[in-house]
Amino acid sequence: MSPSLHLVTEPFLHLHNVSRHLSLPRAFWRAPVERNVLFSHLSLSIGRHERIGLVGTSGCGKSSLLKILLAMDAPDSGEVFCDGVQLRPGSARSLREYRRRVQYIPQDPASSLPPGHTVGQIVAGPLKHLGYNGEIWSRVREVLAQVGLNETLLQRKAGALSGGQAQRVAIARALAISPEFLIADEPVSGLDLPLRAQIRQLLQQVTQQNGMGLLMVTHDISMAAGLCERLLVMHAGQIIEDRATQDILRLPHHPHTRQLLQAIPHLPLTVNG
Amino acid sequence: MLSHIKWSMTMSGLKGMTAEKAKKCEPVLAVEGLTLWIAGEKRISDVSFRIHAGERVCLLGASGCGKSLTAKTITGTPPPGVRISGSIRVNGVEVCGKHPVVRPQAGRVATVFQDSSTALNPLMTLGKQLRLALPAACDGEITAMLEAVGLGDIPRFAARYPAELSGGQRQRLCIALAMQSSSSLLVADEPTTALDVLTQQSVVDVMRKASEARALLFITHDITVAAQLCQHALVMENGRLVESASMAQLLSQPQHPYTQRLVQAAKQAALPSQIASLCGVAV
Repeated sequence: MSPSLHLVTEPFLHLHNVSRHLSLPRAFWRAPVERNVLFSHLSLSIGRHERIGLVGTSGCGKSSLLKILLAMDAPDSGEVFCDGVQLRPGSARSLREYRRRVQYIPQDPASSLPPGHTVGQIVAGPLKHLGYNGEIWSRVREVLAQVGLNETLLQRKAGALSGGQAQRVAIARALAISPEFLIADEPVSGLDLPLRAQIRQLLQQVTQQNGMGLLMVTHDISMAAGLCERLLVMHAGQIIEDRATQDILRLPHHPHTRQLLQAIPHLPLTVNG
Repeated sequence: MLSHIKWSMTMSGLKGMTAEKAKKCEPVLAVEGLTLWIAGEKRISDVSFRIHAGERVCLLGASGCGKSLTAKTITGTPPPGVRISGSIRVNGVEVCGKHPVVRPQAGRVATVFQDSSTALNPLMTLGKQLRLALPAACDGEITAMLEAVGLGDIPRFAARYPAELSGGQRQRLCIALAMQSSSSLLVADEPTTALDVLTQQSVVDVMRKASEARALLFITHDITVAAQLCQHALVMENGRLVESASMAQLLSQPQHPYTQRLVQAAKQAALPSQIASLCGVAV
């Protein structure tokens, strides 16, 4: 099924006919190289201020698509545009500038934050690295306040943070250099439900306050329903649904989307014995 | 705050029973006053609970509350440098502080880890790993074992490396291997975290099947998944057991403030009932 492109007037990010394959290891040295199609001829337009959820089963190509969008990987064929400028092939300088504009929030903050570094060092890192013009430490305090963290945490090491605090630090680090777009890879999957609700509210608040767009890969469809106005459903390397979240939830077109919605765990009225 | 909870049958209830009956009532897992320090800091404080054969019990709590540390202490793989006090009895055998290899057969625990990619050897094909784990099993037995968890296509899987399987396939393989263990206790440490809802559902089904003949301790922070699988719930906060109740009671009448927040958040996170019913999701 071909993806129905969501119409946006000025796409911030645009993928056109992007394909990516993966060579599998050979069973023995003379065996032919087996190639696994991650996705082929995929096209997608993303608006500057859109909040988009990307859902799908494990192995459907979500993470590979994320790597292309983060310019961490190059497609085998097809073009990637940012603000109408082709990203690949591109110079190291243009990719560096792109990575400043598009920031990443990881899935597991506990393993993505260096445990021996203090919160201050972590949030100030990108500012120092990219040559921030203003006063670095006042900017660090500003973003920490924005994500609801007290500046008394500045000297605390990442290894001593709770799960929710670590995810807030990861969000503060992404916000520090004032990006135009955030890409989050399952930002709440390792957190319990009360913390998930807090991080969802935080993401909603920071994207609204800063006028940023957000693409969030998630397994939690109810979280996407609460945060994202547009939902992409991926299956076997294809975007099988691309519509307003509420429309997809009310009337899923694809059988796989219906399966996903029916599998959402819920609190039962009677508990299985 | 409840600091010391014993929810199972107490020893006083066993008075007057015959030795045989008492043995039948003996819990598969009995944790008494478990306390654990890391670098002088108390991380688990006076945790006590019991699980009997055929029971499915979940240990709920926020990240960092000590639930995985409790599970690792039970399985005999706590982090290095810990100081442990208290008692852990598996099938009546005292195993507290004992590494799995020095435990007697009855005291060993089947384990399913959170991260299936590190639970399997990344440099060995799955066929070789299965043969290594089950040297005496014939092909038919291995096929039946894999079919039980929905991985029936042996020729396809045997030549593959763990990295070439999806997260759900790897996790189901780990559960299949745990099911081959003769242990009567299965400890699963967040086996459904980071899995999509479809895979999560299939893993929960497989876990239910795996725990039919054994006791299950299911560690999770997701109360909605725990509610699908477990009959009883233990809730931990800051290294202490703060609530213990049947799952139905926990969902309808949570007592501790953390449990109340947890149940409230789960209800709020659910899809609006109007949309959910349109999707065919039962609420």
